[in-house]
Amino acid sequence: MDPFSFNDTLLLATILFSVGLAGVLVRRNMVFMLMSLDIMLNATALVFVGAGARWHDATGQVMFLMILALAAVETAVGLAIILCLHARGRPTLDADGGNLLRGAEHG
Amino acid sequence: MAATFCGGRNMGEILLPLLVLCPLAASLIAFACAGRVGAGGIGAIACAGVGISAVLGVVVSAILLRGPATGALQVMLWPWMRVAGFSADIAFMLDRISMLMILVVTIVGLLIHVYAAGYMRDDPGIARFFGCMTLFVAAMLVLVLSPDLLCLFGGGGGVGLCSYLLIGFWYDDPANTAAARKAFYMTRMGDVALLCAMLLLAGATGSLRIGTVLAAVANGQVSPTGVNMAAFFILVGALAKSAQIPFQAWLPDAMAGPTPTSALIHAATMVTAGVYLIARLHGLFAMAVPVMALMAVLGALTLLMGACVALAQSDLKRILAWSTISQLGYMFLALGCGAWQAALFHLMTHAFFKALLFLSAGAVIMRARHEQDIFRLGGLRHAMPGLTAAFVTGASALAGLPLVTAGFYSKEMILSGVWRAHFDLTHGWGAGGHPLWGIGLLGAFLTALYIFRCIFIVFCGKADTVATGRTSRLMSIPLGCLCVLSVCGGMIEMPAPLPRPHLFSAFIDPASLLPHVDEPFWPVLAGAAAPLAGVWAAWVVWGRSASVMRDMPGRPMRLLAWLAQHAIPGRAIMGTGRMTQATSTLIFRARTGFLDMLGVWAGRSAGWAGRLLERLHDGRMRRYAAWIAGGLCAGLALAVLS
Repeated sequence: MDPFSFNDTLLLATILFSVGLAGVLVRRNMVFMLMSLDIMLNATALVFVGAGARWHDATGQVMFLMILALAAVETAVGLAIILCLHARGRPTLDADGGNLLRGAEHG
Repeated sequence: MAATFCGGRNMGEILLPLLVLCPLAASLIAFACAGRVGAGGIGAIACAGVGISAVLGVVVSAILLRGPATGALQVMLWPWMRVAGFSADIAFMLDRISMLMILVVTIVGLLIHVYAAGYMRDDPGIARFFGCMTLFVAAMLVLVLSPDLLCLFGGGGGVGLCSYLLIGFWYDDPANTAAARKAFYMTRMGDVALLCAMLLLAGATGSLRIGTVLAAVANGQVSPTGVNMAAFFILVGALAKSAQIPFQAWLPDAMAGPTPTSALIHAATMVTAGVYLIARLHGLFAMAVPVMALMAVLGALTLLMGACVALAQSDLKRILAWSTISQLGYMFLALGCGAWQAALFHLMTHAFFKALLFLSAGAVIMRARHEQDIFRLGGLRHAMPGLTAAFVTGASALAGLPLVTAGFYSKEMILSGVWRAHFDLTHGWGAGGHPLWGIGLLGAFLTALYIFRCIFIVFCGKADTVATGRTSRLMSIPLGCLCVLSVCGGMIEMPAPLPRPHLFSAFIDPASLLPHVDEPFWPVLAGAAAPLAGVWAAWVVWGRSASVMRDMPGRPMRLLAWLAQHAIPGRAIMGTGRMTQATSTLIFRARTGFLDMLGVWAGRSAGWAGRLLERLHDGRMRRYAAWIAGGLCAGLALAVLS
């Protein structure tokens, strides 16, 4: 009936989550890190959808919509931070560069 | 009569605190007026303070003497502390022993102050000098008048402090400050022992009032071991205060101070404190026979050693310093033999003649352009006949020339007390005092020998010293008074086998007035002959002989010279001191090494922990994420697996 069993769904979600986590951990480019975060969020959303299909409950799909909105917001905020950094005179996407805990550098 | 006596008593109780307050007030005024009042004014203030105190001393003594022989004036000023099982008061008590002491302290102190007003006239630090001197007298009066061992200890602390300040009075010279520190440390060591004794007694009897303690000891409330220990510790304290073996090293160095200070320390105040303390507690010591024997032996050794070293010294003031140690040895010998009355009598006469010797020596040195080496002085009898007479009077009293000097009577009293002594150390085995008497007699011979050596070298012979100036009236009047006291002060007490008068014994301890009819008379004659033999020997060796003999102590004296130069007791003390120092350095190193190791390890581990924490917070987002993921995984694994 179901093209995917729930176990397969969970396996796929885990793989996606791991790929996303690995992307967050190893990539230094902030755009790619945001994309990896989205992959992780989608993995969790997939778990919700799969669980909703498994127990025939619409709540899972509602949660998916919420996570979608959350992901959009998160990406927007992340990109806004990157733009801010560009505006403050730090034209780089390297995430490790921002470890000085010094706030904005003027001049 | 009773009513008037009661009235006198009340007046005495008012006057007794004033006795201490006058020198104290004079001291405060002198310190406060430093730089505002001239030298004469400061001297007058100090003399007035001590003089009023002396007058008050005479008045309260008269009041006391009108009462019964065992009576005492007691004044309680205020309670000091009250805790469960122990209490202490600030109080004064005047009985016959302390009466003798206050008379000696105030009268001799007054004469020394008058002299000092002339002697120190041109010194810029005269206000500081007189402030310390009067404070010294006040502290000594507190010590003497206190009925409580704790108060007495406080007075002893004040005396130690003032001696430190006065010995190091000319603090520009490091040698003087070193001498001051030495005196302070050595007397402090004795104070530690005294404190141990006080703790023992307070623990055993619950009080430190001397009367209570003595009664408790007499009743057997304190175990014999406790009594022996307490007596031993008090003895150590007294030995340190009175510069006896093994603490004798500080007194000769105390010559670094001005001469009136030396006179005050040696004659009236500081060194007599130990003798007074033991005489005051003689009831306690009577129960501790081994300690008494130890005291007598130490006193005998000290008197011999002091006399021998004085014989080989060439510094006039140092000769007098060693003679003080030797004479204090006599007093400790008497105390050890139980003849505390004799010790107090000798304390009194010694105060007279030693003050006289120091003051006249100070005047001689001042007029001989501050030359202290006796071999560079000579023939002074032509230039300063008055001072020569004063010095010879003091020296005769020190030597104890028979019948005409005070020293003879007190020395006879000590020697007869030692002759009678018997130490019952264990049951059935004891030792008599006759060997100690022999040592005392030898000491009397040596005393006459060294002091007349000094006289023959300094005052006789060719006049090769240019004397300058005159002795001022302020300085010569006290010398005259002390001369009179040194000659007549002893005639109140005839040697025991002779008939009356025995005024001193009757005054200080009427119970001791027992007829000693069975005593042979020849010890008295021997005691009279020994000083004469000493004077004759000194005349043979130094008086009439060629100058070769004069400059050198001579072949038999070489050993003594060696003794003095190398100062074996001093060496021993130095050795002990070095050992202590080495031990403390070792302990210090061990301690610092351990602490260093601890510190280094603590620092290193803190560094490691810091670096670990730094890894956690290096500001790299990806690492934070990794930590979060790792922690999450660990938490999940824990939840799943458990």
